[in-house]
Amino acid sequence: MNRKKTFLPLFNPLSKDNPVIVQVLGICSALAVTAKMEPALVMTISVTAVLALSNVIISLLRNTIPSSIRIIVQLVVVAALVVIVDQVLKAWNYEVSKALSVFIGLIITNCIIMGRLEAFGLNNRPWASFLDGVGNGLGYGIILIIVSFFRELLGSGTLFGCTVIPQSWYEAGYMNNGLMILPPMALIVVACIIWAHRSINKDLQE
Amino acid sequence: MENLNLFIKSIFIDNMIFAYFLGMCSFLAVSKNVKTAFGLGIAVTFVLMIALPVCWCINHYILEPGALVWLGAEYAETDLSFLGLIMFIAVIAALVQILEMVIEKYSPGLYNSLGIFLPLIAVNCAILGAVLFMQQREFASAWTSTVYGVGSGIGWLLAITCLAAIRERLNVEVVPKPLRGIGITFIITGLMGIAFMSFLGIKL
Repeated sequence: MNRKKTFLPLFNPLSKDNPVIVQVLGICSALAVTAKMEPALVMTISVTAVLALSNVIISLLRNTIPSSIRIIVQLVVVAALVVIVDQVLKAWNYEVSKALSVFIGLIITNCIIMGRLEAFGLNNRPWASFLDGVGNGLGYGIILIIVSFFRELLGSGTLFGCTVIPQSWYEAGYMNNGLMILPPMALIVVACIIWAHRSINKDLQE
Repeated sequence: MENLNLFIKSIFIDNMIFAYFLGMCSFLAVSKNVKTAFGLGIAVTFVLMIALPVCWCINHYILEPGALVWLGAEYAETDLSFLGLIMFIAVIAALVQILEMVIEKYSPGLYNSLGIFLPLIAVNCAILGAVLFMQQREFASAWTSTVYGVGSGIGWLLAITCLAAIRERLNVEVVPKPLRGIGITFIITGLMGIAFMSFLGIKL
């Protein structure tokens, strides 16, 4: 097997088959945690870890799971992994864990995870599933980072909590756009990303 | 009176979609026509109505620190709260399975039009989200959490029906090509979210 084909599951989800803007999965958390960059980054790492591991576990078990109870099996595997991530995060960075509140728990119901398990993990070998999990986690992360970059920069004038807009701008009359902090703006920023993305990739247009 | 306030608050001010962005995936995917959207909304409301009091009882009598005291004094120290996520998701999955059988039997038309999204209610974040909020806000009784569940469900139903109506109208509009389909739906949802923010000023 040539090298390019092996790594297809890793690189495809980054742009052409992006889980958020093309497959439209995992929107809820993508919108709710993007007001600041730090929670967005933590969320990306958590989702990527859960997705890659659960994809591998389901892929190892794929020949032993009866299809009638597969949803429950998948949920149990994912829930167990999420509990681990939740506890690790609480021990390591309590502030961020507080800021993400229910959204770590909601990784269980993040449709990216269920969607990839159903579409990929159940039918493929562990190594390919691992790459697919990492690829989709990163594809999800890219969108999160882009959205939170614009929202934090325009909304609070900071990046990762450090002020980047110089004080002289504020004195000259520049103001932070409070609207960007509000959740609905996340949708509109994502829509702009979709617009740009589909203008470049014409074959994705409906 | 308190419960009425909570009910209205959970429909408009704490709307699952526009305030928390929960249940977005099925919200965007099933909102192509009003009839299906309404059916899914009813199903979600129904699951929420039953899941919340059941999960409240589980949380109150089994999971909370010291909740097992009714079994005997020696259990007063037990804290099972780390099992919360797994217990809740199991309750929700079981409920959805039952609901699927009921709908298949009594309304095959709706069953066919909902397709894959019926079992996916199990992973609809609006439901697990409502359960986790219920746990976080420490509601006083099972009845209060039922009210909260029905309110959130109706809020979700309202949102998805509105969006479906707008999207039906959009079919005949001229939209820039790259925005067609999912792009414009995002923008509309964003604008509806801003409109719903006007409810934030209401104090109940």
